[in-house]
Amino acid sequence: MFAELWISLTESLVRLGDIVRFLLRVLGQVPRALPRFQLIVDQVYNAGSLSLVIIMLSGLFVGMVLGLQGFELLQRFGSEEALGTAAAIGLVKELGPVVTALLFAGRAGTALASELGLMRATDQLSAMEMMAVDPVRRVVVPRFLGGVIAMPLLAAIFSMIGIYGAQLVGVQIMHVDSGSFWSQMRASVDLKDINEGIVKSCVFGVTCSLIAVYEGYHATPTAEGVGAATTRTVVTSAVVVLFLDYLLTAFFL
Amino acid sequence: MEIPRGRVSAVMGPSGTGKTTLLRLITGQVRADAGSIRVAGASLAELSRDELYALRRRMGMLFQNGALLTDSSVFENVAFPLREHTKLPERVIRQLVLTKLQAVGLRGAAELMPSELSGGMGRRVALARAIVMDPEILIYDEPFAGLDPISMGVILRLIRRLNDALGLTSIVVSHDVHEISSVADVVYLLSGGSVVAQGTPQELNSSRSEIVRQFVGGLADGPVPFHYPAPDYFGELLARDGDH
Repeated sequence: MFAELWISLTESLVRLGDIVRFLLRVLGQVPRALPRFQLIVDQVYNAGSLSLVIIMLSGLFVGMVLGLQGFELLQRFGSEEALGTAAAIGLVKELGPVVTALLFAGRAGTALASELGLMRATDQLSAMEMMAVDPVRRVVVPRFLGGVIAMPLLAAIFSMIGIYGAQLVGVQIMHVDSGSFWSQMRASVDLKDINEGIVKSCVFGVTCSLIAVYEGYHATPTAEGVGAATTRTVVTSAVVVLFLDYLLTAFFL
Repeated sequence: MEIPRGRVSAVMGPSGTGKTTLLRLITGQVRADAGSIRVAGASLAELSRDELYALRRRMGMLFQNGALLTDSSVFENVAFPLREHTKLPERVIRQLVLTKLQAVGLRGAAELMPSELSGGMGRRVALARAIVMDPEILIYDEPFAGLDPISMGVILRLIRRLNDALGLTSIVVSHDVHEISSVADVVYLLSGGSVVAQGTPQELNSSRSEIVRQFVGGLADGPVPFHYPAPDYFGELLARDGDH
């Protein structure tokens, strides 16, 4: 059993090394990909705008649940007015970046991985190489950057809508005082909290986009291969995001 | 093995004999474990990535399934190499693309998407894309696979016409013996990873070699056996369960 554990550990390390090397290759091609700005804008649209509906809906519901649970908990201490603070801190620092990253991996990450995997399976990537066009520069980098740019924006929108959702439940339904909801939030959420959320969503953006393009680009060129790459994208992204979230939270304390 | 300049050379052989690997070697997509490959005077093993890309600009390749970019129109597919490698004004790109599409008879299909094309049409578009940078070498990977007889005839005619009109060196990998015989100047027959016969199509047709006769005649059994290697037939049938 220890032997198996050892093998899977070394395999994971090899894969991690592979992903890091791929990241370096992608980053190396970024300067040469930047002049084709329109390609990147297209991908921000693909990864960002097309994920908007799911992000906004989820943000609203997460915020509403937070409002309900938060109210119920804070009421025990007679401090319902702190609901605004609790919801805002929870969303901006944790739920916004993390849930957005998980949704992003499921919506945009899988789309990226299967698109690249199919391009691999239908020889489109080889055809580009034969036309002396580096597929990493032409196809991978714009998709990677699109995800990296879209993620923090999506997380911000998620948090904003989430706070609105918490307000909807807390103030409109549970009748927390509207003035203290907003003023306590403004008084106790400071720039450091916002920064933590921004850093997290940027790191998650790089992570999820990288895993998606890596898995897609290296997919086995068969139907099963593309399916497996898509699955691995979601699973790996989720685990890595939650792990990194712990590290980053510890770092910011 | 030598591919003569300005001619149509065919590489034939049974499936799994290394034809596609040979193409990948010639185009530098994989590196040779042993031996050397020289293309246009340059040894592939010694080229850097940039030099290899420079060499590839002088080659065009037609993939087995066309390998068109599925998210762009026929026009944009053919324009792709021009947009990537040149800074030509839009008007010139348009003229170049339309001339190449005219050469393969698909100028009228310029605005269609790859998913709207038949197999034969897709391959002709890919051919137009392969010649849009005016390559010196044109490589076809199984250009007839899965085509109806009319599309096959069209591709055959294009291979010959493009080779002669543009002064290309063409390499065709295929196992369609009769089609290839009508178009190739030189034929190499591969089997088991090595060249077993070479010559003009006529020479191959009259060859006495058993493997050549099996391949050209399409015989089911011969030097390439009908049966995949297996243990003794009766022994395996009579064996009791769990005795494999």
